[in-house]
Amino acid sequence: MATALTPVLTRYWDQKDSYTVAGYERNGGYKGLRKALDMAPDDVIEQIKASGLRGRGGAGFPTGLKWSFVPQGDDKPHYLVVNADESEPGACKDIPLMLASPQQLIEGMIIASYAIRANHAFVYIRGEVPHVIRRMHAAVRDAKANGYLGKNILGSGFDLEIVVHGGAGAYICGEETALLDSLEGRRGQPRLKPPFPAVAGLYASPTVVNNVETISMTSQIMRYGAEWYSSFGSEKSPGIKVFAVSGHVKRPGIYEAPLGITMRELLDYAGGIREGHKLKFWVVGGSSVPMLTEDHLDAPLTYEGMEEVGTMLGTATPMVFDDTVSVVRAITGWLDFYKHESCGKCTPCREGTWWIDQLLHRFKDGEGKPEELDLLNELCGNILGRSFCALGDAAATPYPQALKLFPQEFEAGIHTPANEAFDPMASVVFPGVKTS
Amino acid sequence: MPLSDQTRVEIREIIAKYPEPRSALLPMLHLVQSEEGMVSTAGIEMCAEELGLTSAEVASVATFYTMYKRRPVGKHLIGVCVNPQCGILGGDKLWETLTEELGVDNDETTEDGEFSVERIECQAACTYAPAVTVDWEFMDNMDPDKLRETLAKLRAGEEVVSTRGAVIRDFCATERTLAGLDDGLADSGDNNADEIMLAGLTYAKENGMSAPLPGGDE
Ligand SMILES: Cc1cc2nc3c(=O)[nH]c(=O)nc-3n(C[C@H](O)[C@H](O)[C@H](O)COP(=O)(O)O)c2cc1C
Ligand code: SF4
Ligand code: FES
Repeated sequence: MATALTPVLTRYWDQKDSYTVAGYERNGGYKGLRKALDMAPDDVIEQIKASGLRGRGGAGFPTGLKWSFVPQGDDKPHYLVVNADESEPGACKDIPLMLASPQQLIEGMIIASYAIRANHAFVYIRGEVPHVIRRMHAAVRDAKANGYLGKNILGSGFDLEIVVHGGAGAYICGEETALLDSLEGRRGQPRLKPPFPAVAGLYASPTVVNNVETISMTSQIMRYGAEWYSSFGSEKSPGIKVFAVSGHVKRPGIYEAPLGITMRELLDYAGGIREGHKLKFWVVGGSSVPMLTEDHLDAPLTYEGMEEVGTMLGTATPMVFDDTVSVVRAITGWLDFYKHESCGKCTPCREGTWWIDQLLHRFKDGEGKPEELDLLNELCGNILGRSFCALGDAAATPYPQALKLFPQEFEAGIHTPANEAFDPMASVVFPGVKTS
Repeated sequence: MPLSDQTRVEIREIIAKYPEPRSALLPMLHLVQSEEGMVSTAGIEMCAEELGLTSAEVASVATFYTMYKRRPVGKHLIGVCVNPQCGILGGDKLWETLTEELGVDNDETTEDGEFSVERIECQAACTYAPAVTVDWEFMDNMDPDKLRETLAKLRAGEEVVSTRGAVIRDFCATERTLAGLDDGLADSGDNNADEIMLAGLTYAKENGMSAPLPGGDE
């Protein structure tokens, strides 16, 4: 039987005021917080652990476990930082979550802060989204006016201030330690780990960094219980996930479903590939993970299921490309991105992204040399595992898989430009514009 | 040109929000950019003074982030997402349309100072591809005709509204928003849940699907 959609975080989005305290409370909002504040902080951590919730920023680290790493009784201030940098190509789920349900995020932030004993929390939002930044500022004011923030929240004796912080355009600031440097008013470059942020993060104090979706979901786990949450999904990937399907499908958008749903099912909910075309490749976790094809449509969308087919679940925001699209063109575009966003701190990534990008452009222009196919693999191999942070690894990921799946397209890149082999106008989706 | 006293007052208000003053630097740079349409030497100096840093320290931060401009930006900054999802679904064509229409290239400004143009990376709007931004306000699901029409309206001073609800003002006004100042637009577009955000929920409701919730909740 097909896996049913299970809207939880998104279940009241069809109410226009879902973003206000009033609209959220009408849907039972802040009930999870009340339960949490009646518990000991350590018991809240235990409940999140028991739910099996894993980080939704891409790496899938167990959330409760991360919270439990924060040393207690250490006399230092603790901080919660919500990672709302969402800049990974393909990722587009956190922005809607902040627009339509910012109170859900704030509720989760209060719960998390209470659990780790933080009295200061931050939302670090990428700078390019003024509509989200103003929405989050207003949501914090709204929550405060209703007694959910500030001193002695709901009479619990717990105090919390939330600062909404806008970034300024740098993908690397999504990496948690670069984000912390950026939040300290510095260039956003990754720090050496260890120490991990849970021990020495913001201002060298214990800090938990979590993704928007991760923190939002803690509100529902506190409300409905760990057992309820872990009844969805698989043993290793429990729970429910917000999937964002983009690209050549009939109904791109947000689909919330249990982990373990397949791409075939998601594609079906999204109306299938646009009329007259076939699926060519899809990229499930953001551009930083290996692409897949039709052969992988029945693999469960879980952390372990995606590993089994040689990729990573990542952000679980599949980009879908149909048969009009040149693979060489697509990955060259992603390498343009990594080259541009490399922070320059380490040599393999700073130089390597430049070399890979330049060579890929030759194949895209139909001017590649046969021996450069291997050279590219060698370059990627030299970056993978040798760069300072995961951005370097990400840059080395698209090519080897693309070559493996579509060798003929790279061979064609020795004599034929990608835009001749594949008419770019056949791939556009402008309404009203004829698309072959 | 020296910056206004009001900016200095607002800078101090931003600093007061943070446990450590230096954390205010990114919003402060957005604020000084909102006054001058760029981060000028005067802007850098004001930030440095207020935080007790050297100008060189502030400048090294400002140059790291692509949203801070060291040359004056036009009244409106038009961004076209050329990252593959958008680029392939039409962004590359839109970039062609934009640059032909305005006769400028990446990071350039039209002679009349009306428009600056920029190739931008994934804006977390991939489900709305191809995406364009005007002063960082989103113009989702763009096409060449709509783009030309948008440019014409902006040039004529007519009202243009973002697909996410906010009315377009200008680059400098947006920079104030990014600094965290209240612009009164937070309710624009209600909860922004359009058919793309509601795609799954709508399908679920129409087909009787839901997540079982304890306690009889819906
Ligand atoms: C280059 C790079 C960019 C990243 N961007 C984001 C991001 O935008 N949002 C996010 O939540 N995590 C991002 N991450 C992952 C974070 O480093 C971190 O693992 C995550 O915020 C932890 O939260 P979670 O445990 O809730 O997933 C990025 C990592 C790297 C290496
Ligand atoms: S891998 Fe790239 S982004 Fe990461 S530290 Fe090195 S240069 Fe910077
Ligand atoms: S690729 Fe353009 S918004 Fe993601």
